[in-house]
Amino acid sequence: MSIFNRHQKLERHSLLLSAGILVVVAIGGLVEIAPLFYLENTIEKVEGMRPYTPLELKGRNIYIREGCYTCHSQMVRPLRDEVERYGHYSLAAESMYDHPFQWGSKRTGPDLARVGGKYSDEWHLDHLINPAALVPDTVMPPYAFLASKTLRYNDVADHMIALRRAGVPYTDDMIANAKADLVAQASPGADFDAEDGLLERYDGAAGRPGTVKISDFDQDPARITEMDALIAYLQMLGTLVDFTVYEADDLSNRR
Amino acid sequence: MSIQVRPSSGAGPGASIGTVSLLTGLVAFGVLLIAANAADPMMGAHAWIFFFLAVGGLVATGLWAGSLNGRNPFDEAHYDDTIVKFGVFTAMFWGIAGFLVGLIIALQLTWPNLFYFPDLGWTNFGRIRPLHTSAVIFAFGGNVLIATSFYVVQRTCRTRLAGGLWPWFVFWGFNLFIVIAGTGYLLGVTQSKEYAEPEWYADLWLTIVWVAYLAVFLGTLWKRKEPHIYVANWFYLSFIVTIAMLHIVNNLAIPVSLTGSKSYSLYSGVQDALIQWWYGHNAVGFFLTTGFLAIMYYFIPKQVNRPVYSYRLSIVHFWSLIFIYIWAGPHHLHYTALPQWAQTLGMVFSVMLWMPSWGGMINGVMTLSGAWDKLRTDPVVRMMIVALAFYGMSTFEGPLMSVRAVNALSHYTEWGIAHVHSGSMGWVGFISFGALYCLTPWLWKRKGLYSKALVEWHFWLATLGILFYITAMYVAGITEGFMWRAYNEFGFLEYAFIETVKAKHVMYIIRAAGGALYLIGALLMAYNLIRTAMGHGEASEARTDAPRSAAPALQPAE
Repeated sequence: MSIFNRHQKLERHSLLLSAGILVVVAIGGLVEIAPLFYLENTIEKVEGMRPYTPLELKGRNIYIREGCYTCHSQMVRPLRDEVERYGHYSLAAESMYDHPFQWGSKRTGPDLARVGGKYSDEWHLDHLINPAALVPDTVMPPYAFLASKTLRYNDVADHMIALRRAGVPYTDDMIANAKADLVAQASPGADFDAEDGLLERYDGAAGRPGTVKISDFDQDPARITEMDALIAYLQMLGTLVDFTVYEADDLSNRR
Repeated sequence: MSIQVRPSSGAGPGASIGTVSLLTGLVAFGVLLIAANAADPMMGAHAWIFFFLAVGGLVATGLWAGSLNGRNPFDEAHYDDTIVKFGVFTAMFWGIAGFLVGLIIALQLTWPNLFYFPDLGWTNFGRIRPLHTSAVIFAFGGNVLIATSFYVVQRTCRTRLAGGLWPWFVFWGFNLFIVIAGTGYLLGVTQSKEYAEPEWYADLWLTIVWVAYLAVFLGTLWKRKEPHIYVANWFYLSFIVTIAMLHIVNNLAIPVSLTGSKSYSLYSGVQDALIQWWYGHNAVGFFLTTGFLAIMYYFIPKQVNRPVYSYRLSIVHFWSLIFIYIWAGPHHLHYTALPQWAQTLGMVFSVMLWMPSWGGMINGVMTLSGAWDKLRTDPVVRMMIVALAFYGMSTFEGPLMSVRAVNALSHYTEWGIAHVHSGSMGWVGFISFGALYCLTPWLWKRKGLYSKALVEWHFWLATLGILFYITAMYVAGITEGFMWRAYNEFGFLEYAFIETVKAKHVMYIIRAAGGALYLIGALLMAYNLIRTAMGHGEASEARTDAPRSAAPALQPAE
């Protein structure tokens, strides 16, 4: 039983034991995680993907702050019933700019990966203010306070700079116009040039028009609230990639 | 209890007091600068909380050091049991807090119209849930691990804890991290990475504390008078080392500003998903499994006065457990956008993981060979063996749920919640309770606990509570899983999502009742432990151990 005799050496030398442990526990992570950073089909880009607009980014941060991910997932699985209920299964590329990812691990409430465009802004407003008024058996908490909290966005450019450091391709133009773009997206009709700038930057990054929704999301034209930001974020989820133009039989899509 | 006195090597007792105070002072100064320039109100609040607690700690240390009057507070002739006593208190405090928050969120999901308050948005489920998970895993579990590891490493090395004041830095520093984490969730400070929610600055602080923890633990091993490192210490060491690796890698982030609370994870999308669940699964595997197996490996043999069943089994299952566990992360990501090869690896290794896990269970349970009657007569032993039974159950269920086809049904459902709670309430909870029940009479030198009958009440109430909880959640999870995928005779989805929520209402009630029973059991335990420490009831007799003589003749292991 020489292996057990050799084990005594580890039991008598704490540094050998510590080193042995570290080596053994490092292997699995390296083998599974490292390839995800270079294997082509994990890192492939998909048309339509673009970074979040400043308003959507603020909304996403509110989603994270309020812990929405504890009840809602954002990952449609390639299972028949799921695709029928929620839409096309989620591609890896669709969360490539999500720092951190929001795939979630529990569905106390429905998956939100493709909730964008499914309900009107007014529905989202009413539902977030008092879920039980719209869906009587819900267990979702009320978020009325979001509608009365003015959005703090003076630092939104700093957030985009931090994200750029993490690899999100925000351009200098996007960062310079961050606040203007945020205001333009939540104030339809106030400044058409600003709206054009917003669309040029973000629809441009997506490679097709229609990925940026401009609206007074919280139906309160007097100010921009956290509700504006959150609804703006919810309304774009899952809408960036245009699955109608995907041709499964195309040679480039066959593996 | 006296042990062989060794001349102290290196610096005197003041050295560690000085270095701990210097580090704390430097951090407090840096935090003060942040407080004065905070970019957002949450960072401001945290910086001030941290600053005042750090200054308070420095003042308390100063007052204590001043009252020493030349006495060496780190006398090598005695074990440091005071720190373990503090740990028993904090563990029970956080445990009760964590179980209570768990009950609250369970009630919120059961009766939302009663337990949601539109004017108090910070009390919504999404902000309170991480309060529960962090409180039970890190606050309760963490303090149990620190207290028991400090107790066990001293006893099994037959030397006092290394580092002078540094173990206290670890203890208070860790609890400070808990306070920052918990207040943060209510304030809205979260990274949204499960079991890694605290933001970048809290993570940095925890890293410092953790390095100190490793140094104290290794330092104590280096001072040992028993040449062999006991098996419990292999498990503690693997827990400390691996958590450091997981914590650092998973929490790499870019802060928006050094004076602000918000940061963005370095990783995104599918890469972040796997790094998160490599971390998340191994937080379970190393924080909640190997750490608590270490506890099992000391307290069960000690309480039943029998040797561990098999030395060879402990070697085989230790190395295979820590190797295989790491690979299991992808089973949290079946049928997601994670590449299938990674899912397959995760599934295969998760299934293999069943064996080293049961190795641990067998080793612990079979240690009762020749002493099975203790199951009947000693409720503390019974609790620890039932802990192993739940461990075996969970480590069989986990591999089962890791099979892709099974996971297609179970993922996102309450089945996951059931699995987590059988493991946490059954295994982690019960082995912790058992260890604390053992420790309290030993530490306060009582012959026994204040009331053995109360332990029986605790055991049965808590076990009933677990059974209510997990049965309700199994039924809920499988029900909703099947309802989500149900088709009617016309080929359309049978149920709207909200119908599946409605279907779980009764199970939610039963689950809340189960959690309430578990909480009541913990309250009984706290009462029992307090009166034991005070020397009431059956604990009024002092413990009389034969005084330890010089080290007995050393024998080779096995």
